[in-house]
Amino acid sequence: MSDLVLTEPGIEALPTQEYFINMGPQHPSTHGVLRLVLTIDGEIIRKVEPHIGFIHRSIEKMCEHDAYRQIIHLTDRMDYLSCHMNNEAVCLAIESALQVEVPERVKVIRTIVSELTRLSSHQLWWGVMGMDLGAITTFLYGFRDREMINDIFEETCGARLTMNYNVPGGLMFDIHPNFQKRTKDFLAHFRTKLPEYDRLLSDNPILRSRTEGIGYLSKEDAIAYGITGPSGRASGFACDIRKRLPYSAYPQVEFKEILLTEGDCFARYKARILEMWESMHIIDQLIDNIPEGEFQAPTKQVIKLPKGEYYQRVETARGDFGVYIISDGNKSPYRLKFRSPGFSNLFVLDKVARGCKIADLVAIMSTFDYVMPDIDR
Amino acid sequence: MDNEGLKNTLSAWAEGLEWEDGTQFLHVRVPAAGLHDFARQLKTDPQTAFDYLYCLTGVDWPEYMEVVYHLESTQLGHRLVMKARTDGRETPALDTVSDIWPTADPHEREVFDLFGIRFNHHPDLRRLLLTDEWEGYPLRKDYKDEINMIEL
Repeated sequence: MSDLVLTEPGIEALPTQEYFINMGPQHPSTHGVLRLVLTIDGEIIRKVEPHIGFIHRSIEKMCEHDAYRQIIHLTDRMDYLSCHMNNEAVCLAIESALQVEVPERVKVIRTIVSELTRLSSHQLWWGVMGMDLGAITTFLYGFRDREMINDIFEETCGARLTMNYNVPGGLMFDIHPNFQKRTKDFLAHFRTKLPEYDRLLSDNPILRSRTEGIGYLSKEDAIAYGITGPSGRASGFACDIRKRLPYSAYPQVEFKEILLTEGDCFARYKARILEMWESMHIIDQLIDNIPEGEFQAPTKQVIKLPKGEYYQRVETARGDFGVYIISDGNKSPYRLKFRSPGFSNLFVLDKVARGCKIADLVAIMSTFDYVMPDIDR
Repeated sequence: MDNEGLKNTLSAWAEGLEWEDGTQFLHVRVPAAGLHDFARQLKTDPQTAFDYLYCLTGVDWPEYMEVVYHLESTQLGHRLVMKARTDGRETPALDTVSDIWPTADPHEREVFDLFGIRFNHHPDLRRLLLTDEWEGYPLRKDYKDEINMIEL
């Protein structure tokens, strides 16, 4: 093979032909059941067409039959890595519709648990991202640290993944007496481990060459395609709902919105690593200052929202999550729409991946951090 | 721009706008015929500059269908809810806005898939979540599926 030089003058390059291949629905790097139909020319991607819906459960239709208290636990099953924030979005929408004043204690606990959820989501993403690019060790490191957060959740609310900890008006239970100590232990532990993540993967030349300059997304395209969360902020789109429309205890805390301008895969990687530091900074400010008081405001057993429209946005680990409720005054919504960040983030793939190689597509998908149940709903 | 300012500016752009006040955001209902031009002006006019469409969805009402667009300007920070009604429920159709906001492309496909609202001039209007052979539109209020539906 080595003596075949196609660029030699006088030898014409072989003609090529575009063809289709399927990536998924069972491909390990699609993080769930996602089918991508790729149009390729050799190994260069000309077009990416996502086919979704393999785990569509029509949660929005189910919500039209459910009472508001039942809706909350369905949202766990969408973006299961941001379950607490999804629950919180529905609760905040219901609370603002009913004009329930939530105790300060609840706001602070919700914020701490949200940030812990974000940390655990980013840890899992980091582990899986490394594994997608061939660094299997990172998977074990990510899960080792994530386990500590899951243990904290298990002790406080009895569940590790689909927590269902929020209820309209507050929380289902008060925090466990060990909560503060264990959270502080975790932060002390993770402060020493996050630099290890950098040493292990961030500075790795293989990771750098596979992510730097790959999958560029401009700020204008990020806005036009509605790319939010760390992926949008890596392109310079200031889309952090915690800063722009602060809810719960976010107005009280000081933190930086991570904004980068490079817009490539490595920028999206870096945005999440830096965001983990900010999440720890937020928890630091709150963990010793949880106000005393009730963990639930009184609400009626059967909730009926006044006739009208309510929209609540929160920042999940993946971006701008919205709950749009149209109420006709009954005990279930007339129409309920979940604006999931992953859905918009997925359909930019075609824009970003054109001209890349198939192996680059794996890196691009990893750095956009797709969770399929969030997209299919 | 505040809601009052938006209302004054937008009122000069098109005939037949209907306003809804007192809600969380300013709501404007646009006649279906002028939807595309109005949307384009919302995006391109420097006074409004609505460049971020963060939610697009359909609603099935008894007499008509409605598409709701949640808009935000990332430079000016104001928000607006634009709504457009279809003519009846039998063959509902509206113009696409996917050429104005690219994110509308998959969202409109989803609305077509689940509500059956057609978007004129959409580049690729096919079923998105459901299989191509699926009959009916599940998020319509009159949709019945005896096999899979759980009645509560």
